Amino acid sequence: MSTLAALADMDRLTSGEALVAQNVAFAVMAITMIVSALRMVTTRNVVHAALYLVVVLSGVAGIFILLGAEFVGVTQVMVYIGAIVVLFLFGIMLTKGSFGDDDGVSGERRLMAGLVGLLVFGVMTAALVDSFADAELDRSAPSTTAEIADSIFSAYIVPFEAVSVLLLAALIGAIVVARRD
Amino acid sequence: MLLNQFLILSAVLFSIGVYGVLARRNGVLVLMSIELILNAVNINLVAFGAFRASVGGEVFALFVIAVAAAEVGVGLAMVLLLYRNRRSIDLTLIDQLRG
Repeated sequence: MSTLAALADMDRLTSGEALVAQNVAFAVMAITMIVSALRMVTTRNVVHAALYLVVVLSGVAGIFILLGAEFVGVTQVMVYIGAIVVLFLFGIMLTKGSFGDDDGVSGERRLMAGLVGLLVFGVMTAALVDSFADAELDRSAPSTTAEIADSIFSAYIVPFEAVSVLLLAALIGAIVVARRD
Repeated sequence: MLLNQFLILSAVLFSIGVYGVLARRNGVLVLMSIELILNAVNINLVAFGAFRASVGGEVFALFVIAVAAAEVGVGLAMVLLLYRNRRSIDLTLIDQLRG
């Protein structure tokens, strides 16, 4: 019975109405993220930049959930918005007064950076449109957290252990670098 | 949903991050732009994972999140050290190694 209900659910997920809703949600999140990202790299106030970063990171979490990766979405909210942004705010406050405003960047430097960004975007978009012109996403079987856990602790156990060692090294390294002696 | 709409959104965010790394002088803002780039990569990984119906993409997105956390910790420690020694986190002032 529950399998039948799940099947009906999946039918609903790939039907026309849900697809329109998904596309609308995607458009809203994408536009918000792009505008916030642009504001983040151009605003003069560093604290405002950190807050724009929060908007972009939340949008990325929403995109993950739209893609059916709810575990990665929740991890994104906890690790990025919960921890990394707080770390950034601490960094901003501890270095306040050095120069809070980031103006005085020469126009030439800004122009060159913009050109490089546009070039990167153009090359990537051309390659993507060429390769995946109308590839549809297969949304019939969203992955579950149990599957992710199984695969981390079987197929990907070596990279997982490597990441553990990396985190330990980064922890000790950050203490050694920032220590006042 | 098309696969490309996610990939192109990720390309836009990646390019904005590259612009931020190259154009800004504030060390903290450069680190934030690097986070933007890593998030664009994560969108790509998860989108391809969904496209190929495999959990590999999500697993690697989780690894990238862990590496990003480590990177921010060390990066901010370096910015703090810089501030303590130079009273400024302007990255254009650090040019001792310039030939």
